[in-house]
Amino acid sequence: MNTLTRRRFLAYSTMATAAAAATTAGWMELADRTRTDPLPPGAPVLVLVTLYGGNDGLNTVVPAADPAYHSARPDLAYDEGEVLDLGEGLGLNPGLAALKQQWDRGTLAIVRGVSYPKPDRSHFRSMDIWQTADPVHPTSTGWIGRWLDASGNDPLTAISLEPVLPPLLAGETTTGAALPLRGLVLPGGALGTAFAAMGSGAPGESAPQATAARSIADLHRTVDTFGPAVDDDGGAGGRTGSGALAAQLDVVARCIEAGAPSRVYSVSLGGFDTHADERGTQQELLSEVDAAVSGFLTRMTSSDRGRQVVLMAYSEFGRRVAANANQGTDHGTAGPVLIAGSGVRGGFIGEQPSLTDLDDGDLKATTDFRDVYATLLTRVLGADPEPVLGKGRTELPLFTSA
Amino acid sequence: MRIAPFRPQVAGDPTVSESEIVRRLLQRVCLGPRRDELDAARAAGFDATLARLLSAPGRDPGVDSTPPPAFPPPEPPARKNNPDARKDQRREGIAQSRRLGVWWLDRMAAVDEPFPERMAWFWHGHFATSAQKVRHPQLMFAQNETLRRLGRGDFRALAQAMVVDPAMLVWLDGGGNRVGKPNENLAREFMELFTLGVGNYTEDDVREAARALTGWRVDVRSGAARLDLDDHDAGPKSVLGTTADYDAPGLADLLVTRPASPRFLAGRVWRRFVSDAPPDPATLEALVAAYGPNHDIAAMVRTAVTSQAFRSASSVLVRQPVEWLVGALRALRLPASRVKPAALTGGLRDLGQTPFFPPDVGGWPAGTPWLSTAAALARVRMARALTAVADLSPVADVPAPGRVEATAALLGLPGFTARTAAALAPLAGRPPDLVAAALASPENTISA
Repeated sequence: MNTLTRRRFLAYSTMATAAAAATTAGWMELADRTRTDPLPPGAPVLVLVTLYGGNDGLNTVVPAADPAYHSARPDLAYDEGEVLDLGEGLGLNPGLAALKQQWDRGTLAIVRGVSYPKPDRSHFRSMDIWQTADPVHPTSTGWIGRWLDASGNDPLTAISLEPVLPPLLAGETTTGAALPLRGLVLPGGALGTAFAAMGSGAPGESAPQATAARSIADLHRTVDTFGPAVDDDGGAGGRTGSGALAAQLDVVARCIEAGAPSRVYSVSLGGFDTHADERGTQQELLSEVDAAVSGFLTRMTSSDRGRQVVLMAYSEFGRRVAANANQGTDHGTAGPVLIAGSGVRGGFIGEQPSLTDLDDGDLKATTDFRDVYATLLTRVLGADPEPVLGKGRTELPLFTSA
Repeated sequence: MRIAPFRPQVAGDPTVSESEIVRRLLQRVCLGPRRDELDAARAAGFDATLARLLSAPGRDPGVDSTPPPAFPPPEPPARKNNPDARKDQRREGIAQSRRLGVWWLDRMAAVDEPFPERMAWFWHGHFATSAQKVRHPQLMFAQNETLRRLGRGDFRALAQAMVVDPAMLVWLDGGGNRVGKPNENLAREFMELFTLGVGNYTEDDVREAARALTGWRVDVRSGAARLDLDDHDAGPKSVLGTTADYDAPGLADLLVTRPASPRFLAGRVWRRFVSDAPPDPATLEALVAAYGPNHDIAAMVRTAVTSQAFRSASSVLVRQPVEWLVGALRALRLPASRVKPAALTGGLRDLGQTPFFPPDVGGWPAGTPWLSTAAALARVRMARALTAVADLSPVADVPAPGRVEATAALLGLPGFTARTAAALAPLAGRPPDLVAAALASPENTISA
């Protein structure tokens, strides 16, 4: 839970207001439109996987053949024999065995050395930058939120499965909706009736109180539509822990298969803020990502809608090249971004940053993350990237066909 | 049936009555009024109530009745080549910390003098440390006691204690930080999240501050932290434009005496006690002035709640889940430990706030993110678990037509809107459902 970005998010009262208002509108329509206006089977869907805490990119896509890698972090480094060979001296972390199969099938692209100018090493500020796509100014809108603004102001188009709505879904006028993950069983009887009756507005009540009342109304509409699709299994309550990401992606899969009119889904896994004894912890987390993402992608190959899915996984920054004294690494800069899906052109995109030509101990970025976003906007969401990201973006060769 | 008047927010009526301000004070600076406390506080008036709240606590029967759990001394950590034993230890540590959380809820519900607990809770969200990683309930409890002991006084003393607090050193990897290859985690978060706020230091400051914090070690068995001079970087460090042989206390001292620090703290106090909207410049200056050279936390809180903004009808806060739960436990005079453990643990998890398990070092959010559809469901479920075991005689003993009003009085609410009153009226014959629905009502979800 938790979002490393909540603090920044909450700093923007306009965003909080927009989020509350938009979520309210969202549920009513989502319930109806999944039935009456489902997403066409050929419409591409973008799934964003946020890895909170600053995942160590060098131990994810590992330059195991590079002597500089071993000398910089001798206790943390993987040997060439331990990693899953990708070619060009790189290998995937051994926790990512199922994603290696995606790579072998040609449906996984790895964008190398992704960051932005003057990287910020605060979790909160850097995640804010990734989510707002503005590396220079603190901004109150996220990149998906601005796409929502520009593409028809429909909050149902982007759905969050995170416990707290991430800033990336907040637009100026429209904000994506949030779907609760578990426990969609309402009280029955007289208590249930009374609870439902508290969901209407009352004249003169304060904005937060009105929002609380609307959340009760939204809950009832949500249960009507998605109750049967959501298990009451208790598996997805926490931000970290086994199964949290898989449970979120499971709900995403059900929404996609049910034909929910949504083009973007946001899911997340936390716990990557490792500074000590990093190797084992990170490998466990990556194994969880591996199982959740590959299970989801495999499931998606079995339906027309699913084959249109493109998944992106990213973190707010990578780590220093050199280890600290605790067999961990401190906040750094560039890291890899993973893009997967049936229509993705597998392989490496961009240059691997040098381990010897560093910027004060940190990797020099070779790809701007906004070029990744621009490509996804153009090729997955069919949108002009300029209103969202500004001028001057470059499309990357991430997809197989025009 | 007479419903207590609901006071809508209208322009021209910007402040609320003295009696409502007393109620607000008990909800925000205390942990919610218990039965009869509100009447007594209203009779005493705002100033006397505030003075009593902030005065040094005497012997508190509620504290005496809730002794902390005794945990066995920590075992030496299992070896790395024994992953099953490590997993068992980890699971047991987390289970013990959850029990510690239930104890803290019991303590918060039981105390007669709530300000020390209120401030310990405030600081737990600020110096957010999670048992998910610390794993030793002994260390979590020791930090909790430090927050309770120092959380109302001199922030410099609190900061100096926290920078070498054993749970904090484990949480932010300060325990392995040593000269030559410093670990920056603690230094960075101490500046960004605990004392200065982002933008008030540079990356070079982080690196230099990390050097100042080298050499600290945590002995898990004794629960103590000590400085190992062999691992400490004794040389001069340049932090925030000053150069000295900084060590941990010296660094904490430097950070809390920077001008950015009181302003940063004032923003945090303001958001938790008064409003999501930042204070106006004059009020911010008043908060900083009250805090003053003694870093006086209680004085800053006093200035916040005696400000004009605190009396404004627009001062509305969303109650965090634990504040909502503790308020209910106090109103119902119900120990947390009497609630079905699965309902309590699962309820807190669904609401997104379990004591000793903040989601990350940034702590929990404030405001509307707590008002999700998922939380609305979790509230009504938990409310039902509470009223299933609570003594509801203050409502049940009243003739049915007066029970909605009696419920508002029991929960310390100014009353209900016509909407909620109409929704609750059919439950008058079923006090457990009536009180559960009222606990989950929009009126009780916020602090007006």
